[in-house]
Amino acid sequence: MEDRPLEYDYSVTRLFLIFAIFLGITGMLVGVLLAWQMAYPGVNTFLGEGLAEYTNFSRLRPLHTNAIIYGFVLSSVWASWYYVGQRVLKVSMAESKTLMILGKVHFWLYFGAAFVIVVSLLAGVTTSKEYSEFEWPLDLGITVIWLLWGCGIAGLIAIRREKTLYISIWYYIATFLAVAMLHLFNNLEIPTYFASGGVGAWYHSVSMYAGTNDALVQWWFGHNAVAFVLTTPIIAMIYYFLPKESGQAIYSYKLSLLSFWGLMFVYLWAGGHHLLYSTVPDWVQTMGSVFSVILILPSWGSAINMLLTMKGEWQQVAASPLIKFMILGSTFYMFSTLEGPIQAIKSVNAIAHFTDWIVGHVHDGALGWVGFMVIAAIYHMAPRLFKREIYSKSLMATQFWIQTLGIVLYFTSMWIAGITQGMMWRAHDQFGNLAYSFIDTVTVLHPYYTIRAVGGTLYLIGFIMFAYNIYKTTTARPVEESELQNASPMGA
Amino acid sequence: MSIAELQSYGYIVALVFLSVALYAYIYHLYVQRKDSDGHDYEDYSNMALKDDITDTPVSEKSKKK
Ligand code: HEM
Ligand code: HEM
Repeated sequence: MEDRPLEYDYSVTRLFLIFAIFLGITGMLVGVLLAWQMAYPGVNTFLGEGLAEYTNFSRLRPLHTNAIIYGFVLSSVWASWYYVGQRVLKVSMAESKTLMILGKVHFWLYFGAAFVIVVSLLAGVTTSKEYSEFEWPLDLGITVIWLLWGCGIAGLIAIRREKTLYISIWYYIATFLAVAMLHLFNNLEIPTYFASGGVGAWYHSVSMYAGTNDALVQWWFGHNAVAFVLTTPIIAMIYYFLPKESGQAIYSYKLSLLSFWGLMFVYLWAGGHHLLYSTVPDWVQTMGSVFSVILILPSWGSAINMLLTMKGEWQQVAASPLIKFMILGSTFYMFSTLEGPIQAIKSVNAIAHFTDWIVGHVHDGALGWVGFMVIAAIYHMAPRLFKREIYSKSLMATQFWIQTLGIVLYFTSMWIAGITQGMMWRAHDQFGNLAYSFIDTVTVLHPYYTIRAVGGTLYLIGFIMFAYNIYKTTTARPVEESELQNASPMGA
Repeated sequence: MSIAELQSYGYIVALVFLSVALYAYIYHLYVQRKDSDGHDYEDYSNMALKDDITDTPVSEKSKKK
């Protein structure tokens, strides 16, 4: 053993990375299908009436959100953890047999669970709690998978050479702790079969919360799921990949510490903005609204730190499509964290709630920030995992522009659709009679739904180009270790 | 005092305490250029840039094998 020099071991990263791309294609394909269904309802039965149960919008929607968030995003987060974790702690997974086994079991259990989840959602087995749709056996399985990751983090930290934990590690730890807590509390449920002495399906359960309490717990969970799955681990990634790829130190390490604590403190209180004008107490709504507005500060703190990291180095943004992905990603992060607080103001929310503007907000964050950052991270890791250059730079640049166009079409159409919808729903004459019936709004929105579907399709096409580029990278020109210092090597 | 009043006072106290703590931390970071180990905070950025397994750690964990 001693004669071989010590190297980082990326075998677990590789598994998660490949699975992430696969799940990304699946989740986005379903998203595109949903988008076309909203524009042309006939698409609901595109496989015929017989299979309509499995192809209709309501059956597929949870498949989209779960495959994307807990599939594509989490799998990428883990790919990046097993990569970044080793590097900034300066310790190799190969140094500990236990950690290697933990990592592999983590992946294969997750792989198995993903499969069961897809089948169960298609079969219509769900608890009907948004983003927590899984029944109790799966919830238990997820807890095990999550704890395995936690052991992996603790183990790697325990044998590290670098004493101080780099800022990305803080964000990964926060992700681990917060999601563990959210998952446990939101999924407290009673298996009906066992509680009733044998009535109904064995896997069925009911939540321990009901009514307003349920709403409160659900959105405390839901909002922080956004915070700790779609935000903190992605910040963990950008704090490593942007400095590394550009060769520039973070503009201000202090600002990163500050934004971290700011985000932790503020995020947990903002969930009330999902429940404005509902039956939850007024003070919860006001607090949610106030904390949402304050949330701009730590969010922009991180994003500005990223943009300033490129200070004096903007030619790199022009030259490298990989850095373009990250810079546009942080710009979209700023964008959605400005849009969110605006939507959280009560008078704005009165128009925005229940409309397509919310869906637009979700996707400028999801496609622009999360999607782009994950794509950039994978592009950066691929040459290091396979010791080869990225197959094609021009393909990457083309992908960038196609997807950017897709995002712009997606959110602009949803803005117009959402605000039109909100205004039409509340329009009334001088006697208080509603000016429009629901179907009037549907007719008006049709063109915007079509534009969104086109935008989504473009984004998917870009993602397939990405998958192809990574696939070809595995057989591209081999590179030397020295070419992998900073900017990733790319073929023409 | 009713429970609602108690709650509101608690809320204000928590809010003030946490805000003071956060600002104290900001103040601490900007006055103190270095942490207790004597490292300039900005040196820690190098953890991402010099991250080969053979690179010297910014602050080495004491070896006690
Ligand atoms: C400062 C940061 C942010 C604030 C204050 C904020 C605020 C909001 C508000 C007010 C809503 C609408 C609630 C409603 O009326 O139904 C919302 C929905 C949502 N936001 Fe954000 N947002 C922020 C950042 C983000 C980011 C970065 C993402 C990540 C991609 C995101 C993802 C979502 C999702 C998924 C929903 C929809 C939840 C649902 O109804 O199913 N948000 N947000
Ligand atoms: C090709 C790209 C995508 C397309 C075409 C697409 C399309 C859609 C559609 C049509 C819906 C249903 C909206 C409705 O019920 O009115 C939806 C919901 C959702 N999508 Fe996507 N999506 C895409 C990518 C993504 C990505 C990458 C993410 C996350 C990282 C994501 C997260 C979500 C979430 C959280 C919701 C629920 C929103 C809510 O309840 O307000 N999507 N998507």
